[in-house]
Amino acid sequence: MNAVHSEAVYSDAPVVSARGLRKLYKGKPALDDTRFDIGPGRIVGLIGPNGAGKTTALKAVLGLIPFEGELKVLGRDPRTERDDLMKDVCFIADVAVLPRWIRVREAIEFVAGVHPRFDRAKCERFLLNTKLTPQMRVREMSKGMIVQLHLALVMAIDARLLILDEPTLGLDILYRKEFYKRLLEDYFDEHKTIVITTHQVEEIENILTDVMFIRDGKVVLEAQMDTLGERYVDVLVDAGRLEEARALKPVDEHALPFGKTRMLFEGVPASQLAGLGETRIPDLADLFVAVMKGTYA
Amino acid sequence: MNAIYDTPEQTPVQRATRSIGAADRFKMLLKREFWENRGGFVWAPVITGAIATLFALIGAIGGSWAVQHAKATSNFSQDLQVPAGELHPLAMAADLVLLGGMWIAIIVMVFVVFFYLLGSLYDERRDRSVLFWKSLPVADTETVLSKLAWAVVLAPLFAIAIGIGIGLVLWLVMAVTTFLNGVPGASAMFTDSRPFHMIWQVISVIPVYTAWSLPTVGWLMLCSAWAKRFPFLWAVLLPILGCALISLSGGIFGAISGLEFPFEQLWYVVVFRGLMGLIPGTWYARIGTDSIQLDGPQDMPNHFDLSGSWAAFATLDMWLGITLGVAMIVLAIRLRRWRDEG
Repeated sequence: MNAVHSEAVYSDAPVVSARGLRKLYKGKPALDDTRFDIGPGRIVGLIGPNGAGKTTALKAVLGLIPFEGELKVLGRDPRTERDDLMKDVCFIADVAVLPRWIRVREAIEFVAGVHPRFDRAKCERFLLNTKLTPQMRVREMSKGMIVQLHLALVMAIDARLLILDEPTLGLDILYRKEFYKRLLEDYFDEHKTIVITTHQVEEIENILTDVMFIRDGKVVLEAQMDTLGERYVDVLVDAGRLEEARALKPVDEHALPFGKTRMLFEGVPASQLAGLGETRIPDLADLFVAVMKGTYA
Repeated sequence: MNAIYDTPEQTPVQRATRSIGAADRFKMLLKREFWENRGGFVWAPVITGAIATLFALIGAIGGSWAVQHAKATSNFSQDLQVPAGELHPLAMAADLVLLGGMWIAIIVMVFVVFFYLLGSLYDERRDRSVLFWKSLPVADTETVLSKLAWAVVLAPLFAIAIGIGIGLVLWLVMAVTTFLNGVPGASAMFTDSRPFHMIWQVISVIPVYTAWSLPTVGWLMLCSAWAKRFPFLWAVLLPILGCALISLSGGIFGAISGLEFPFEQLWYVVVFRGLMGLIPGTWYARIGTDSIQLDGPQDMPNHFDLSGSWAAFATLDMWLGITLGVAMIVLAIRLRRWRDEG
């Protein structure tokens, strides 16, 4: 046992491929014919309003719930091959799920004892820069320290897919920045895929390679971050050209002080927009608000 | 392996993997349970034993005073006649003390295991740590079986081991007290007692205990896996109130119609087998105590023989209980696998 051996993995196949997912919660669809693909080496932001089905989609991918439809995660069906799948998939559900009684030393020993891809030395190295000590129990830690421990455990696992569901909920800005910094510097590489859901869109915007908007159980926008600028343009329209701009059918519009109006255009060539006013690539948050218009109405 | 990886232009990536055998993984799961429940499995019986020792010490001091007082008033019989072939009363007392030590630890264990099982699949859902456990490559079956192993095998073994320790301490208290007071024939405690016989008798009924307790264990685990809140109320009040309600309405209906309802069997199956199976020796209610053959307390250590317990395996009752218990455990595993924690 415990012999270290290498395993060849071909990393160009899709990591997640979902077709026609369906799941009802109390008669209301949480997944409604959901379809999406996630490629290897991507950092995907799964973004949607409350109750849009983000967590349900992630739970389906993790094999935690029954659902209908076709879903392959690393070539396996999470419903029937979950035990095997979990060797290659890891997740942080949210900050408070480490058992309160466990000590740092015990958590490390346990994961080392059950996970074939856990690197104990790596985990201990991650913990060196924290205030955590081996004897410390989770119940004695602050929320931020619990996340440090959880992240150290998870980052020491050489998984191919890491799923983070609101991983930084309730953390202060220092811990949140640190969290994503560690993830990018010490964990992510081209053979790994990370899927993140969060409400703090601004904080992850810069690290994402792909974005998926989900609404009422459907994926309403699926795009690579670097192509967003080709598809969407934000224009600060001068007061005199409002009618001209409106004729190009903006997807969203709101007035700003000093007579300017911001409009978001989809699929309108940049040359047509340039004359209307100052243009720029929209923030994910603006885009989100525009796409999700009327969700809570 | 998977066909989709077989396209030639794909590049392989080397990843470090250790192989972990199922046995090693299971040992780690058992260790995990121990970390979490050390207080119940170790400290609860140890502390109870310490309290028992304290009482024994107080008794020893009081007893010594009484003996010295009796000696002073020459009211104390120096000779103790032990008929040939009979056990010396002090040796018998020594055996009883050892048995008492084990008994104390086992009683504590019964309570600990009862609440351990009620929390076994509920606590992790309440604090949502189940999502952490489920993020690791461990099958639900393995996890549930590790908890089962603690409840019906390891906890009893721990209790017996700690009970032996308690028994030895009590034994020591008794030995020192009798020697200091010059009780004649005190050495019989060591020469005539049969500690290994007692210990072996207790250990040898563990398989009977395990099998007999399965319906209770299964029921408690099922409630623990199923209840959204208050697993204790579901597990305990539901069967008791259910039986009471059926008995009451059955009694009224029976009085009117003249039909006899099998109340006794109902209570036996639901409450006795379904809730009280963790209490050791309850199987004697089915097989009878004839096999123990006691003529009086003096025979207790002399003939202390629990091997008759194995007759429980010859009853249909036992096998029905095992079947139901296993079915409920399988159901609990399924619940843990598919239950959506919201």
